[in-house]
Amino acid sequence: MNEQARKPARKKVELDPRFVSYRHVWVFIESERGEVHPVSWELLGEGRKLADALNVDLCGVVIAGPGERGKGICAEAFGYGADKCYLLQDPVLADYRNEPYTKALTDLVNTYQPEILMLGASTLGRDLAGSVATTLKTGLVADCTELLIDTESRNLAATRPTFGGSLLCTILTQRHRPQMATVRPRVMAMPDADPSRRGEIVEVPFAMLETSIITKVLEYIPDDSRDKPNLPFADIIVAGGRGLKKPENFALVWDLARVLGAEVGGSRPVVQAGWIELDRQVGQSGKTVRPKLYIAAGISGAIQHRVGMDGADVIVAINSDPKAPIFDFAHYGIVGNAMTVLPALTEAFKAHLAQARKAG
Amino acid sequence: MHSVVCIKQVPDSAQIRVHPVTNTIMRQGVPAIINPYDLFALEEALRLKDRFGGTVTVVTMGPPMAEAALRKCLSYGADDAILVSDRSFAGSDTLVTSYALTATLRKIMESMPVDLIFTGKQTIDGDTAQVGPGIAKRLDYQLLTYVSKIVDVDLEHREIRVERRAEGGVQLLKTTLPCLITMLEGTNEMRFGDLDDLFRAARYELKVWDRTVIGIEDPETVGVKGSPTVVSKVFAPRPRSQRAEIIDLQDDSPKNLASTLLARMFTQHPKLEREIAKRAR
Ligand SMILES: Cc1cc2nc3c(=O)[nH]c(=O)nc-3n(C[C@H](O)[C@H](O)[C@H](O)COP(=O)(O)OP(=O)(O)OC[C@H]3O[C@@H](n4cnc5c(N)ncnc54)[C@H](O)[C@@H]3O)c2cc1C
Ligand SMILES: Nc1ncnc2c1ncn2[C@@H]1O[C@H](COP(=O)(O)O)[C@@H](O)[C@H]1O
Repeated sequence: MNEQARKPARKKVELDPRFVSYRHVWVFIESERGEVHPVSWELLGEGRKLADALNVDLCGVVIAGPGERGKGICAEAFGYGADKCYLLQDPVLADYRNEPYTKALTDLVNTYQPEILMLGASTLGRDLAGSVATTLKTGLVADCTELLIDTESRNLAATRPTFGGSLLCTILTQRHRPQMATVRPRVMAMPDADPSRRGEIVEVPFAMLETSIITKVLEYIPDDSRDKPNLPFADIIVAGGRGLKKPENFALVWDLARVLGAEVGGSRPVVQAGWIELDRQVGQSGKTVRPKLYIAAGISGAIQHRVGMDGADVIVAINSDPKAPIFDFAHYGIVGNAMTVLPALTEAFKAHLAQARKAG
Repeated sequence: MHSVVCIKQVPDSAQIRVHPVTNTIMRQGVPAIINPYDLFALEEALRLKDRFGGTVTVVTMGPPMAEAALRKCLSYGADDAILVSDRSFAGSDTLVTSYALTATLRKIMESMPVDLIFTGKQTIDGDTAQVGPGIAKRLDYQLLTYVSKIVDVDLEHREIRVERRAEGGVQLLKTTLPCLITMLEGTNEMRFGDLDDLFRAARYELKVWDRTVIGIEDPETVGVKGSPTVVSKVFAPRPRSQRAEIIDLQDDSPKNLASTLLARMFTQHPKLEREIAKRAR
C-alpha cells in the first residue's frame, strides 16, 4: 500500500463536537492472579504509536483483587509505554467475572472518556470487550491486525481478516466513542521495556457488593502448564501438514523439534485428524505465532495457515510441489520430500550444535 | 425447560475463493452451512432436553435462504424454528445483530419463558464472538462464555453450574437461570437426527418474523444505518515482496542440501545462529 492510497482525497473533516471530551488511548491490562497476559504489553506498544499520532496520553487500566500486586503491574505498564494507569482493586474483582468487570470498565470509560479502548483478544478480553461495547452502545472491531489513525477526524482505521482470512477489511467507528478494538496475542510486536519510565497511578474506588453479584466462582482449576504447549511464545517452531501423509511420519517433526528445543505445531487437517493436539494448530482458527524460526514441512501455505505464522522472523518451507503457495512468503524453500529432508535437517542441526558446544 | 439456540447460516469459507483480478469474493456455488460452532450449542440444548424435557427453539436472523439452516436444526431434533428476516437488516454489525436478536427473544418470551439462551463461540464469517455477550447484556442475563461443560442444572432452585474455559485454567461457576451460554467447540458431538424429525423438519411451517413483528419500529436503528462500525474497504492480503530462496533437491543430496540451508540462513541471520547456539548448552 502506498501513501497515496492511505490518504483518500477529501475535504477537511471537523471533529464531531460530541467527541471533543473523548481523549486519550486506553489499553486494558489483563491480569489474573498478578500475572499479566503478554498481549497487554504488545497492545501498549501499539497504543504508544496511536497516542503519539493523536498527541494524547496512553493509559492502562488495571483491575485486580486487593491482595494482588496492582501497583507493580502499573509500574511494569509504564515501562512498556503507558503514561498513566487507572487502578481498581476490590475483593469482588479477585477472579474474573463478567458482571463486575464489565461494570468496572464501563464506569471508568463513562467517567474518563477515552477515544480509543483496546483489549487483547483472549478468552477474557473477548468476553469483556463484547459486554462493554454493548453496554456503551459503541462499535467494536475484533481481531485487528493493523491499527492506523487519521489525525484529523481522529478515527481509528482498524484492519482485520474477513471471510476466514481470505481478505482483509478496514473498519471505522466514525459516529461513536470510544472506538474499541481487540487484537490477538502475538499479532503486534512486543515493545522493549524501559524500566526507568515512570507514570501516574490513579486509584479508583469500586463499589459493588458481593451479595449483588449473581455468578459465583466455586473453583479455579489451573491448567497443568508443564505439558501444555505454548506456541504463541515459542522462539522456534517445527510444524507439519498433511504432506507428511501418515501420523507415524510426524515423528520426524518431533525429532527435529527435540534437537532445536522447539515447539511442535501443525496445520488444521493434521489437528483434525488427531495427529497432534488442538493447542498446536497454527492459523486463523488456531494460534498466532511469532517465532524467530518457523520450519513448515508438508504445509501448502493456505491463507488461513499463513495469517497465523506470517509474523515469524525466518520461515523455512519444505514442500514437494515447487508451486506450493508457501514458497510465495517463506524465506527459504526446499523443494523435496519432507520424509527425507526432515531427517537430513535434524542431522545438520545436530552437527551444528555439537560444533557450537565444542566452541564453548 | 425452554432453551433458545441462536444459529447463523454462513458461507462455507473453506470453499470461498477470491477473484484474482477484482479482489472480490466469489460466492457463486459456495454452499451455505450452519455455522459449525453453533452445532455445539444446539447439541448441548438437545442434551438438556433429553435430561429435563421441554422445548428447544432455534432462531436465526438472516435472508430467506437461511430457512434451510433452520430446517436442518429441526431435523436434528429442535422443536421450533424462527427466521427473523427483513430487508432493513442488511449490513447489520454485531451490535445491531444483538439488538434484533434480543427483540426476537423478548417476543418469544411473551408466549413462553426462556430458561437458557445458547450461542456458538463465534461465527466463521464474522468471527467476532460478540453477538452472545451482546444479547446477554441487553437482556441483563448472566453471561457464561466458553462453556466446556454443563455440570448440573437445578430447575427447582433455578441454578446452573458450568465449567468455563478461562485464560490458563478452568473456572467452575454457579449462576441463576435464565442465563446465556456460549458453547466451546469440541465439547460434544452432534447427533444424527431420526427419521421422524427429518419428516417433521420438511413439513414444519416456519415462523418468519419481520422487523415490525419483533417490535422494532425505526428502520434506521438496524442495518447499515444503525451500525456503529462501517466497513470502509475490503482488500486482498499483500504478497510478500520476495519469493522464497529456493534450494532444489534435484541437484543435491538431502544432506548437502540441509547444510546449504544452514549456511545460507546463518550468514543472512546471524542472530538466529546465536539463538540456536544457546540451545547447545
Ligand atoms: C474457516 C477456516 C479456518 C481455517 N483455519 C485454519 C487454521 O487455523 N490453520 C490451518 O492450518 N488451516 C486452517 N484452515 C484450513 C486451510 O484452508 C487449509 O486447508 C490447510 O491449512 C491445509 O493444510 P495443509 O497445508 O497441511 O494440507 P494441504 O493443503 O493438503 O497441503 C499439503 C502440502 O504438502 C505437500 N506435500 C505432499 N507430499 C509431500 C511430501 N512428501 N513432502 C513434502 N511436501 C509434501 C503438498 O504439495 C501440499 O502443498 C481453515 C479453513 C477454514 C475454512
Ligand atoms: N444473524 C444471526 N442469527 C442468529 N444468531 C447469530 C447471528 N449472528 C451471530 N449469531 C450467534 O452469535 C454467535 C457469535 O457470533 P459472532 O459474534 O458473529 O462471532 C454465533 O455463534 C451465533 O450463535
